[in-house]
Amino acid sequence: MKILVTVKEVATVEDEFEIEGTGIADQYLGADLNEWDDYAIEEAVQLQEAGVADEVVTVTIGPEECEQTIRQALAKGADRAVRIWDDSLEDVDLLDVGAKTEILSAVVEEEDPDLVLTGVQAGDDSFGATGVSVAEHLGYQWGAVVNHLEHDFDDAASVRRELEGGVEELTEIELPAVLTIQTGINEPRYASLRGIRQAQRKELDVKALADLGVDESAVDAELELTDMYEPESESDVTTWEGSAEETAGELAELLRDKGVAQ
Amino acid sequence: MTDILAVTDHRRGELRDVSYEIITAGRQLANETGGDLHLAVISGTVDEFAEKLNREGVDAIHTVDYGEEFNHDVYTQAISQLYDELAPQYVLAPNSVNGLDYAPAVATQLDLPIVTDTIDLETDGETLIATREMYGGKVETTNELEGSAVATIRSAEWPQAEGTGDAAIEAFDADIDEDAIGSTVNGFEEVGGGDVDITEADVLVSVGRGIEEEDNLPLIEELADALSATVSSSRPIVDNGWLPKNRQVGQSGKVVTPDVYIAIGISGAVQHVAGMKGSDTIVAINTDPNAPIMDIADYAIVDDLFDVVPALTEEFQ
Ligand SMILES: Cc1cc2nc3c(=O)[nH]c(=O)nc-3n(C[C@H](O)[C@H](O)[C@H](O)COP(=O)(O)OP(=O)(O)OC[C@H]3O[C@@H](n4cnc5c(N)ncnc54)[C@H](O)[C@@H]3O)c2cc1C
Ligand SMILES: Nc1ncnc2c1ncn2[C@@H]1O[C@H](COP(=O)(O)O)[C@@H](O)[C@H]1O
Repeated sequence: MKILVTVKEVATVEDEFEIEGTGIADQYLGADLNEWDDYAIEEAVQLQEAGVADEVVTVTIGPEECEQTIRQALAKGADRAVRIWDDSLEDVDLLDVGAKTEILSAVVEEEDPDLVLTGVQAGDDSFGATGVSVAEHLGYQWGAVVNHLEHDFDDAASVRRELEGGVEELTEIELPAVLTIQTGINEPRYASLRGIRQAQRKELDVKALADLGVDESAVDAELELTDMYEPESESDVTTWEGSAEETAGELAELLRDKGVAQ
Repeated sequence: MTDILAVTDHRRGELRDVSYEIITAGRQLANETGGDLHLAVISGTVDEFAEKLNREGVDAIHTVDYGEEFNHDVYTQAISQLYDELAPQYVLAPNSVNGLDYAPAVATQLDLPIVTDTIDLETDGETLIATREMYGGKVETTNELEGSAVATIRSAEWPQAEGTGDAAIEAFDADIDEDAIGSTVNGFEEVGGGDVDITEADVLVSVGRGIEEEDNLPLIEELADALSATVSSSRPIVDNGWLPKNRQVGQSGKVVTPDVYIAIGISGAVQHVAGMKGSDTIVAINTDPNAPIMDIADYAIVDDLFDVVPALTEEFQ
């Protein structure tokens, strides 16, 4: 069985930041492997170790700078990576679900995996929609917010979908399928030094949209980001100032007033 | 005119709150250009649900009597067919776990753009202006979509619709293709049981990713002991296996309403806040003055938890 894992380098924001136009100014941004994708990679690698999968391929849409992040997946055990980038993506503010679906679907079609694992959501723009959209686009089956996957399957996957309020749904999903992976499904490993060294030698294929037969118009997002601002705080929070001893003292007084620990 | 098709949510025989909220969201959007609000009620005891959902502002309720529980293939097919029949401008769905299991598929099947987890929606009939958050709630954005679209709404952002409506309740004869149903729901299981019930606690000392390592947890436990309080946590602490599932506060954990909730190193992501915003007094200890938790906190200490927590414990020893 072949597994494709979609991975994204997400932007992280410092505590103090400034907004420029419709984005956060570059100097306040960092980058990280999307938390949810880390769990998806781990699940795929475990399936490979269990002998269920024989190949794990990762795919990302992102510029060259994200290769270091993407190599983390290779260091953890994925066999090879595909990175999609294109001049036409250079000036796109926000890649919407429709655009991601067209591009990622083209890769899935080319790779023809039995199982696609995505994260539930990307930690930065958090659409939470790409996996299911790709599945429908390709006629794959799917399951959203999966927090358990049985590791002995061939033509159907037994999963648990994590619903609200501590309820899990037990579901059987025919393959090929896309599963969106929830955090906590496993314990993502740290890459070993040996893994990191090996990752440098693993194949990382860079493709442009034309190589995938995707028309440039696919990246014209239908969702246009028009404004970004800090949310107006509705809070009337009382913030205590001073040393840790002073602020702890204030809080202690409040707690005593409320009858805590007496 | 902007007609709206809003899809309601239920589970194991109960309508979920967001079903009443989506009526309000749909009515507001329809009002802006004077359109009709259609509700879709799919699977389960649809007639009973439809009666309950017949609140002020609903123009028509379409029931699809097929199966007991949610199945995304049934939902996707039924909604697409309702869309073809009613030609609404916008399809609204809840941004629930199930909403995210069918709304993107509906959008893709109907070749419509989708915007998820919206907290405000406006339209002039042509352009949909959707407000949503990014970066875990650190910023808000506005986004524009032209023409027809699918939008999912965040729970608890719109008030629940009230009053009694006079909507026409009609059975919609959806043509469900059984061969296209590729998944089967075999049951449900409640998780997060055990000896500790954080929903019973008067005081919760709640720990988040700011604690950094499992080895630092005793710091929190000592504070909880000193206060005769109970320890709870945000999701990553449970995901990491540092605390059992029954300690998790939030959307996929427990909803708690203690007298005092002390959030330590917790950013206040929406899924966490969903589980604790009803607490009487909320105290946040966080190094980030802009963390979303500050928006709902009553008292805050913007400082390092590794300094504040031991000092606080000492106060009570
Ligand atoms: C479908 C779904 C369901 C979910 N359900 C839940 C749920 O039930 N419950 C839940 O909690 N989450 C849930 N989440 C996850 C949620 O989105 C967040 O990822 C999570 O709540 C973040 O936890 P956190 O605040 O502990 O971590 P972070 O967001 O990483 O925040 C850590 C905070 O600690 C602060 N900090 C760091 N160091 C220090 C220090 N030394 N002193 C003081 N402060 C410090 C930082 O400023 C930051 O604000 C869900 C997500 C999804 C997609
Ligand atoms: N640029 C991208 N490249 C590769 N995969 C992505 C990209 N954006 C999103 N994904 C995948 O889709 C999942 C859900 O993302 P989203 O729908 O944007 O919240 C992520 O966890 C990734 O696995």
